[in-house]
Amino acid sequence: MSSSNESIRSCFHQLRGAGDFWSLRLVDETAETYAVRKNVPQPPASSRDRGAMLTVWANGGSGYAATSDLSRAGLQAALDRATEWARATATASLIDFRALPKPAPRGEYSSPDIDAPGWSGRDWYELLGAESRAAGCDARIVDWEASVETRNAVHLYLTSAGGNVTQRYRFVMPSVVVTAHADGDTQTRSLNGYRGLAQQGGEAMLRAFGFDGSGVRIADEALQLLAAPNCPAGTVDVLLMPDQMVLQIHESIGHPLELDRILGDERNFAGTSFVTLDMFGSYRYGSELLNITFDPTRPEELASYAFDDDGLRAEKQYLIRAGMLERPLGGALSQSRAGVAGVANSRADNWNRPPIDRMSNINLEPGDSSQEQMIAGIERGVLMRTNSSWSIDDSRNKFQFGCEWGQLIEKGELTTVVKNPNYRGISANFWRNLRQVGDASTVQVLGTPYCGKGEPSQVIRVGHASPACVFSSVDVFGGDA
Amino acid sequence: MPSTMETYFNDVAVLLDRSLAPGEFHICRFDAEVSDFVRMNRGKVRQPGTVSQRYLSLRLIRGRRHAERSLTVSGDLAHDRADIDAALAALRSAIVDLPEDPHLDYATDVHSSRTVRTANLPHSEQIVAGVLDAAQGLDLVGIYAAGPVYRGFANSLGQRNWHEVSSFNLQWSLYHRADKAVKTSYGGFEWSAADFGAKMHEARERLALLANPSRSLEPGRYRAYLAPSAMEELAGLLCWGGFSGRALATRQSCLFRMRDGAALLDPAITFAENIADGIAPAFQDEGFARPDNVPLLAEGRLVGSLVSPRTAKEFAMATNGANAAEMPEALDMAAGTLPLAETLAALDTGIYVGNLWYLNFSDRPACRVTGMTRFASFWVEHGKIVAPVNVMRFDDSVYRLLGDHLVGLTSERELIVNSDTYRARNVGSMRLPGAVVSEMVFTL
Repeated sequence: MSSSNESIRSCFHQLRGAGDFWSLRLVDETAETYAVRKNVPQPPASSRDRGAMLTVWANGGSGYAATSDLSRAGLQAALDRATEWARATATASLIDFRALPKPAPRGEYSSPDIDAPGWSGRDWYELLGAESRAAGCDARIVDWEASVETRNAVHLYLTSAGGNVTQRYRFVMPSVVVTAHADGDTQTRSLNGYRGLAQQGGEAMLRAFGFDGSGVRIADEALQLLAAPNCPAGTVDVLLMPDQMVLQIHESIGHPLELDRILGDERNFAGTSFVTLDMFGSYRYGSELLNITFDPTRPEELASYAFDDDGLRAEKQYLIRAGMLERPLGGALSQSRAGVAGVANSRADNWNRPPIDRMSNINLEPGDSSQEQMIAGIERGVLMRTNSSWSIDDSRNKFQFGCEWGQLIEKGELTTVVKNPNYRGISANFWRNLRQVGDASTVQVLGTPYCGKGEPSQVIRVGHASPACVFSSVDVFGGDA
Repeated sequence: MPSTMETYFNDVAVLLDRSLAPGEFHICRFDAEVSDFVRMNRGKVRQPGTVSQRYLSLRLIRGRRHAERSLTVSGDLAHDRADIDAALAALRSAIVDLPEDPHLDYATDVHSSRTVRTANLPHSEQIVAGVLDAAQGLDLVGIYAAGPVYRGFANSLGQRNWHEVSSFNLQWSLYHRADKAVKTSYGGFEWSAADFGAKMHEARERLALLANPSRSLEPGRYRAYLAPSAMEELAGLLCWGGFSGRALATRQSCLFRMRDGAALLDPAITFAENIADGIAPAFQDEGFARPDNVPLLAEGRLVGSLVSPRTAKEFAMATNGANAAEMPEALDMAAGTLPLAETLAALDTGIYVGNLWYLNFSDRPACRVTGMTRFASFWVEHGKIVAPVNVMRFDDSVYRLLGDHLVGLTSERELIVNSDTYRARNVGSMRLPGAVVSEMVFTL
């Protein structure tokens, strides 16, 4: 029988460690997925993914070993292997681990509604089936699916220096996606993107995002797109709604501010950054309306926590204030390497991958413009919703993004729906053209469970809360036909 | 002699067979690996480690009702048995309430198979030490991944499939400065210091070219050569639903206009899923054997697709051994007639694109794609490399690039082993030529 998480805690203290410091990071995550596609309930899938990573510092080097064998012998073997790595690579190590403080965090964290009873499979199939039936309302609707993924996780972090942290999470990620086709064209519309609705907590989030009734609404919008003209090309103002803002923030602020990218760790894969260390404290990243925070304290947001995976206590920090760049996204190790203050963002996506610098919740703080005021202030522009395409260079500068839904703004009013709205720009200039920031009534707390990075690769949950925003002089265009 | 992992998996299969109640059927998959991962930066070791992971996926079927549960296991059946029993009990209770699934399909003919390919690899510590020695004085960043990967399939009918491959994959970049770098990969089953040395020598030579002043190009239409590693990105995006039987049937594939006869590629374009020459298992998740070769595009026309058992049921098609994602795992693009040594001459004046990066669709029905140049890309004049180019964004349709604008494909192809390590080491691969195109639209 598998060991309980409590027995792992006691087992850790009986392990024979031979390094200067060692730690155990256990992840125990269960998941359930339900879907109804084209009115056919799909077979349910569930999982329990449980394992531990042992990390050792020895002779100035560091090594890790991760295992799904959580017996005492399995953990001891992992600790021994991690020790071998630390010793074998100590003289070639990029970092001298002897100079670092040994983490000894103590504390707990829980998602909202962590102990509330979750919905049964029958409950989910009932809700998803209703949305599916409503979405399949027209012969031109060729594919549609309502689905949900729920996850519960326990993260345990123990260190030889006395560290002892337990963090418990609950995630709910519902989705509705509808595809329409006619006359050689296909258009897909979704509820805030695939798994774009993703929060910590319970099923209460469904009501907040209008999940009930979304099937017919999304289907209707897919049909409208099918009949719509292409987004016209030109240099105009754009009003980006929160479900596109999250992508814009993620790709052109979040990733470039990751300190491990700036330090070069990611250059072989995810890339580098146009941001350099000398810019912190002096570089104007955007207009004075731009305030970006690292905020792991917002309870419902996807990547809230009390400690990162290297045991650093998490606190809200400004990354960009009034447009000026203040601090990077770098955990304790990167901060030590770079000699700059950072945040608690050293995170691993699972027990079998080591922590690296990641976004957690990266938010754009609200301003004071209502949505009506922002629309009224645009003479010629395009409102864009829901990311559908994302591409940016490896320095996170030249980008091109596309959305599912566009609507022209002419003389201060919303007019024609347009399909395939795309825009391109350069991060270093784009944020300086931020002209209006929506007030709190326009904010949505969203995120993605699919942020990829690292060697070996990791895909992690990231939260973004943002209001709608207006940008001036943006190069927009549509599709081919 | 079977490995410990294979013996363990066979014991699990026997346990499941004995645990079923009358009328129940099981499908069991096993995904495991013992991988060394050594991350390097600035010619030093950044993160070294070993990951030992074992996942079991159990599907319980009763009539047309079924559910799946996956779990991590230790590899010691005495230790895991209670968890496996509990998983079966949970599945048994879950399927009671489910409706019948009209799209359920699984193999009922028994096709057992066994593939074991071991590697003769020095210890990873030794290899990494050699890599860092060779990179003395260079700004090297990259990763070495090595070790065995295991895939198993078993069902109640006694079908047993085992796929065990030990391999290594070294991916590294040598940086000149900022974003100017040469990326190289070396993967396989036998580590050869001589082969690695030759690749490192070639990378050093290419790195020297990056020392020349770089050139910024204005947006516009340029003649271009796409090296196989750049073609991998383009082909990789086509694999993102492009060849899926379900996506084609529902017109979500970027190639659906080819299915409808509204688009063609150049007659030189031929693609197949070539499992026989790849490194992916020859069986799929429901136990169907995968054909050696599934033609997808032939002479510029869509001639086939990858059809999973579920799609086959839904659209009354025949399955051809695809997994649920219906993505190629051994994509094979036919070679052309242009000798690799003559590509610069054939390009004449234009952009030599060493790698592409971060591709996505700007208009999927039109198969229009945007992305960036990355790593070693150069401006070429009269068949000679003149200068590295600063990164450029392109936005163009595959129907044009591999259609009217295709000049030719190289006669040599590269086997590119998938280096993805999301959740597990990928066992996919592609075999691709390079391509010269008369025009490629660059926008930013």
